[in-house]
Amino acid sequence: MASPMEQFEIRPIVPLHVGNLDISFTNASLWMCIVAGAAALFLTMGASSRRLVPTRMQSIAEISYVMIADMIRSAAGIEGLKFFPFVFTLFMFVLFSNLLGLFPLVHPFTVTSHIIVTFALAIFVFLMVIAVGLARHGLHFLSIFAPKVPAVMLVILIPIEIVSFLSRPISLSVRLFANMLAGHTMLYVFGTFVIGLATAGGVLSLVSVMPLLAIIAVAALEFLIAFLQAYVFAILTCIYLNDALNLHEHH
Amino acid sequence: MDLASAKMIGAGLASIALIGAGVGIGIIFGNYLSGALRNPGAAQGQFTNLLVGFALCEFTGLLGVVMAFIILFT
Repeated sequence: MASPMEQFEIRPIVPLHVGNLDISFTNASLWMCIVAGAAALFLTMGASSRRLVPTRMQSIAEISYVMIADMIRSAAGIEGLKFFPFVFTLFMFVLFSNLLGLFPLVHPFTVTSHIIVTFALAIFVFLMVIAVGLARHGLHFLSIFAPKVPAVMLVILIPIEIVSFLSRPISLSVRLFANMLAGHTMLYVFGTFVIGLATAGGVLSLVSVMPLLAIIAVAALEFLIAFLQAYVFAILTCIYLNDALNLHEHH
Repeated sequence: MDLASAKMIGAGLASIALIGAGVGIGIIFGNYLSGALRNPGAAQGQFTNLLVGFALCEFTGLLGVVMAFIILFT
């Protein structure tokens, strides 16, 4: 039987080489296009009818919009709303790639189960936070590393704050990637239990119903996690933006 | 002991990290729930903090899982 990691394999669809660079159009690129297209289509369709009594589609689109707007307002203040398009795009992209990867389509592929994708998103957030902070506060932005405590404590706290600041892109990307990787691997492993037991014959074939039921429960959990991780990604982005915008004042 | 079996044992040991994550997530949600039952009015305002705490806590366990995957599949 194939390894549980086989589902994450990247295969070229249109092989393309420039010098030593491999810029082939792969299934990962295809799925990224599908994700972006699906998110755009969903929101366009939601916004197109604009009825007073919303249809289901419009209602979901409006709820997601309001949810992110509220989230930014509560986490980063009114000024944070300038970054609404960015956070909303980020949330929609992560949410749709998480969800579309779960649907049993022909060759489902979760874009966010690759660390390079999540790391690219996270490092972009990280660099943007630094740029926003420096543009807004200048070198005073560095006071983010010095919380308001007695001077003696600063000797210990400043290194800790620096390390925790630098580990942000790593924790942001690894969290999303590991969640997706672990979830899909778990589904696959439970799937092999079902096939293994069902083909074993006798009483064991009857027992194979149990892992099947477990798959259903785990799949439901995965849908919850897919949403939760997108939400957490967006809210941590807001919190980091709040640090850059307001330094240590909380909202 | 050959490398293959050592890898299996290593991956199993790395997965122990999940114990801590499980305990931590349980503490976070349990305490949130008991706090929310005492003061339901304040519950909604702390939902963000709940999720952030959950995310930070889960991350430590997931580092162990990633380590296990790296050991197993590289």
